[in-house]
Amino acid sequence: MSTIPDIGLPAPAPASAPQRSPASHRVYGPSALGGGLHRFWSLTFMLARTEFKLRFFGSILGYVWTLMRPLLQFGVMLFVFTVILNINKGNKTPHYAEYLLESIILFTYFQEATAGAVPSLVARENLLRRVRFPRLVVPLSVALFCLFNLGMNLIVVFIFILGSGVSPQLGWLELIPLVAVLIVFSTGVGMLLSALYVRFRDVQPIWEVFLQLMYYGSPILYTVQTAANHHFLNIPFSRILVLNPLGAIITQARKALLDPSAPSAARALGGDVRLLIPLGIVGGLFALGLWYFNHEAPLISEKL
Amino acid sequence: MAVSIENVSKTFRLPHQQYSTLKERALHPFRSTTYDELHAVKDVSLEIAEGEFFGIVGRNGSGKSTLLKCIAGIYRVETGRISIAGRLSPFIELGVGFNPDLNARDNVVINAIMLGLSRKQAMQRFEHVVAFAELEGFMDLRLKNYSSGMLVRLAFATAIQVDAEILLIDEVLAVGDAAFQQKCFEEFFRLKREGRTIVFVSHDMFSVERFCDRAMLMEHGVVTQIGEPRVIGRAYHELNFGQLAHEAPAESGPASGTTIAEAWFEKADGERVTSASQEDELTMCFEAHLGEDLHDPVFAVTLRTELGHTIVVARSDQHGHSSGSFKTGENVVARFAIPNWLTASRYMLTPSLAREGTGDAALALVTDMASIVIHGSATGGILELPIDVSVERL
Repeated sequence: MSTIPDIGLPAPAPASAPQRSPASHRVYGPSALGGGLHRFWSLTFMLARTEFKLRFFGSILGYVWTLMRPLLQFGVMLFVFTVILNINKGNKTPHYAEYLLESIILFTYFQEATAGAVPSLVARENLLRRVRFPRLVVPLSVALFCLFNLGMNLIVVFIFILGSGVSPQLGWLELIPLVAVLIVFSTGVGMLLSALYVRFRDVQPIWEVFLQLMYYGSPILYTVQTAANHHFLNIPFSRILVLNPLGAIITQARKALLDPSAPSAARALGGDVRLLIPLGIVGGLFALGLWYFNHEAPLISEKL
Repeated sequence: MAVSIENVSKTFRLPHQQYSTLKERALHPFRSTTYDELHAVKDVSLEIAEGEFFGIVGRNGSGKSTLLKCIAGIYRVETGRISIAGRLSPFIELGVGFNPDLNARDNVVINAIMLGLSRKQAMQRFEHVVAFAELEGFMDLRLKNYSSGMLVRLAFATAIQVDAEILLIDEVLAVGDAAFQQKCFEEFFRLKREGRTIVFVSHDMFSVERFCDRAMLMEHGVVTQIGEPRVIGRAYHELNFGQLAHEAPAESGPASGTTIAEAWFEKADGERVTSASQEDELTMCFEAHLGEDLHDPVFAVTLRTELGHTIVVARSDQHGHSSGSFKTGENVVARFAIPNWLTASRYMLTPSLAREGTGDAALALVTDMASIVIHGSATGGILELPIDVSVERL
């Protein structure tokens, strides 16, 4: 002890000898995971909750505005496709309006969770450069925040469905595993894109264009049945649509929520085993995203 | 040992282009990106004992904060080895993650969770934080309505709730007014009594000498001295004597193409002068020609006496200002206006220009490029400040 304070305090006691020496461990630097599951979860939840609070408590209309986007999109599409183009002539697709709303809401989750994840690491530069925490928290908190939104939007979807005369049924529970697959899919893509964006800044515009393609390339405005008569290399278009995980989820959700007689994802693909293809894409992208994120994690705070 | 550091080096790669894109990668798959290497920390070895209060001092860009971030696990260590015994505080600055749009209550909880507390613990200690910060009644106020003094008090009060055995602190030890600073000091003595290990980076020799058991001086990423805080403090002051804002680029290094065309002094009306009286406002200027695209470069001038004593260092990144983006071939003029409180003498101006975030290495620097003679009074000090004198008979 070289200096005794001259501020009238009792001189500090010499540092007490530690009772036991804690085992020393090596510091490696930041990682994607690590630091304990409990801390991981509380950080993810805290970041998502903060976003949520900022969005909805800043203005009373916060929730209304968030809901407005998919609802407005729904209104415009409904008008264009049923009134102007009259796509649903003779009511070929029962509950077309509810189908449209439900699929727009599910797609909105995918869109917000992935597009929100892209700049998430760069936006949190302040934290990443000053705090040690598992880096994966950042993109995962975006997916969780969007899940809060999805939950609220689904309430509106169910109100519409009940209003259209469909009665509640046990099959609705199937939505839970479907949303789970959707979350895994969005999170996998989100992990991959957020880490890529740190290196390549044109990921953002590229992904926006890609989302546009996904929007029209998934059975959202139309159903798989509408596309069944078109072929590509002798394969019915409906099958190709369901290879896309989003297409499979939306198609299956239609059967579960709206119309038990509608084709399941497996039927649209032409066999249960073929379901492994969209599920494989989901799993593969998740694994790729996790691997790439984990690979990049140690250097993220330096590359920002 | 609480912290042991063996032969640690940290090198940053600074790419010449600011961002790369997938498009470029696709069009030129085999073109390698060019970059500069910045050796921020070079072969540092160090042991810090349990319960020790250890200070790290050094000039801007000497590598002290980088070393702290390596210990904290924020930067990856490529060469060498850092071992820690005990729980390590996860952050190194006060108020990280504070959000101006949320109220103080939410921010305290957010900050505490980042520190490693659980939500429940954060709630339990909340009253404690409020009482320590003396901010009862302001908890529902949004942080953007806080004064800077209130903000640092809140940040400090939250930060000391950390349960870690090893604390890493960058710069700020004591904040607020004199009475609150006293509380901060007491808090540090408490942590010290509890046997926590504290590693502390600072420019402030007063706190280093007051608190630290040992201190270390860094320069250019190398440890130059470890020892008594008082001795290190003196070495630090000697190091600063006559220093320029940046260091001249190495003669042997590749020419950057960036040059300084001229440097001059001007008066408030823009007239160039080589002599001035103390009443005039004085502006230090230089013109640079850029040999590459630069984002937010640091323009700086150092004003020294003929004997080489540094009087004024002015930098464009002071107070977090940014200078903007510039393109190759542009000519840029930087101006630094100061009230002319210099004592009557002759002064030399050294302009310099550096890339953003590269510490003290300049792209271009010309020693003593311009000079000015100040005439007027010379009381014997180095500055002639405006002084209100009052003498009263009691």
